[in-house]
Amino acid sequence: MWKITYRVHRQKGNEPPHYETFQVEVDPEEYVLDGVEKIWASEDRSLTFRHACHHSTCGACGMRVNGVEKLTCITKIKDVVQDGGTLTVEPLRNFPVVSDLVVDLGPLYRKMAAVQAPAVHALSMTPWEGQNIAPPADIPMRSADEEYIRLPDCIECGICISACPVAATDPEYFGPAPLAAIQIQGLDKPELLALADSQEGVWRCHSAFECSAVCPSNVDPGRRIMDLRRQVSAKRLKLA
Amino acid sequence: MSKPHVIVIGAGFTGTAIAHDLALRDFDVTVVERGPIASGTSGRTHGLLHSGGRYAVKDQESAIECIEENIILRKIVPEVIEPNGGLFVALTESDLAYKETFIQGCEACGIPVDEITPQEALRLEPNLNPKVLAALIVPDGTFDPLRLALSFAASAKKNGATYHLFTEVVDMLLDGQGNVTGVKVWDRANNTRYEIHSDMVVNATGAWVGQITQMAHAHVPITPTPGIMVAYDQRLVNRAINRLNRPSDGDIVLPQRRLAVVGTTSFSIEEVDYVPIDRSQVDLMLERGAELIPAIRQAKERGVYMAVRPLIGASGPGRSISRTFKAYDHKELDNVEGLVTITGGKATTCRAMAEKTVDIVCQKLGLNIPCTTAAAPLTSYREFYSR
Repeated sequence: MWKITYRVHRQKGNEPPHYETFQVEVDPEEYVLDGVEKIWASEDRSLTFRHACHHSTCGACGMRVNGVEKLTCITKIKDVVQDGGTLTVEPLRNFPVVSDLVVDLGPLYRKMAAVQAPAVHALSMTPWEGQNIAPPADIPMRSADEEYIRLPDCIECGICISACPVAATDPEYFGPAPLAAIQIQGLDKPELLALADSQEGVWRCHSAFECSAVCPSNVDPGRRIMDLRRQVSAKRLKLA
Repeated sequence: MSKPHVIVIGAGFTGTAIAHDLALRDFDVTVVERGPIASGTSGRTHGLLHSGGRYAVKDQESAIECIEENIILRKIVPEVIEPNGGLFVALTESDLAYKETFIQGCEACGIPVDEITPQEALRLEPNLNPKVLAALIVPDGTFDPLRLALSFAASAKKNGATYHLFTEVVDMLLDGQGNVTGVKVWDRANNTRYEIHSDMVVNATGAWVGQITQMAHAHVPITPTPGIMVAYDQRLVNRAINRLNRPSDGDIVLPQRRLAVVGTTSFSIEEVDYVPIDRSQVDLMLERGAELIPAIRQAKERGVYMAVRPLIGASGPGRSISRTFKAYDHKELDNVEGLVTITGGKATTCRAMAEKTVDIVCQKLGLNIPCTTAAAPLTSYREFYSR
């Protein structure tokens, strides 16, 4: 077991935020979220944080760990701190803070609804492992009229929005996850073309690629935004 | 006359499904949850939308509940489900000997079951153990745990339910006869405390029901029974892959997004708020999972978690306790009016659990309002946050 220090962002109601430290005994193989839950269970019942699935399918537990956006349920403690060291956990940026480590992801969910991001989609819409962003070529199925349905890669965790330098200055910017959701669907729907090709759409991106660096779920939003620009340009050329 | 007011404690699958059912039956609904949505057992479920196959031999009551609710959930909440079916595969002679018993069990419970050749099974699931001797297809599926609960929660909210998240029940409000008239809560997000009064309190806190009933000097027999799940970083299968044999440790591999999730185990504990990971169980999941899908050995561990099942009944070996659910009227059990407890069950059966619970609430309040949730499509999970 390791003895480490968690430095935790605290904020209740309208009080100003501060940091509080907790000494915790952890198994270094445990995940950062496990340590936060242990602090709540054994040290301080007033600590609030978001979590649900604990295996990276729900997107609830995004936080900043040592200043970097992480899905804390799949970030091993041994990968972000040493025995005797300190790790800092803070809420995501660019969202309203509700309390302690909890942010309000409402703005992201509204944008995902606005771009009609599919909640489930055909397996053939997204690639297999190691295939970049292109759809897979061949999927074995039981009969020709069958199509596998899967949950998308994007878990709507908000991590890409927190890391995005444009989102930090422009809350109206659609941001990486919603634009990536348009790219997956293509631009056949005129309303999606209009959203992508707007001031708060693909042209607002500065190509910082922070989103792709922090995305915990293989979405690679930065590349998808670049591909969406290509799609928008092609549409415009055809329309001209 | 104003609508009857019901407080639901707990916003896991059961609590959110109850809130939805109550709101559709035109109750005034308040949900109090000490954490965020689905942050206890519900969030940490394996994510298997049961066909009932797993229980078709030994626990047919649960199996029938599962297949009925499986069909309903596919209709009312398709946007959180990967509906691709499941395989039960035989790898040994002992598995093969179980095949006929299994098929008979499925048929007795109304679970569609279809045998395919091992060659066809390997064509459909190329990562399956090539030693497969027999394969049966059943209508299993997988679901996203948080979004299932959010869909019920959003639907309830749309119909007027109010949510108090990060708000912990610290005591019951009791009248002079010891009957429940509401709850005292601590809002952990704002560090405030207040009281909520109601006509009825529903305790839907799963493995934690005992903490709530204790506050009302009531009790419920419950055995918290955790199990481990290990997620690997590759989507190695497109269906739920089950071992064709009696339920055992690590005998299910599920796809979910780009993951494969292996589960589970079954043991007893006392402390339910923080269950440490037992690394020997992680090793067991790898070993057992790799029997079904050998390529798991080449995948990387992505997450490990423990979920505490709320099994009904006194202590006993975990796998011998039924997976069915039970709603308790504490007037009958402990002579305490105003409190109903629901526990046990599976994620797959949460809608039926809610129906049964709200039926009891209606009966206690002398109301005759039919349940309509089986035919009511849920609203988008996104609306819980975006409304």
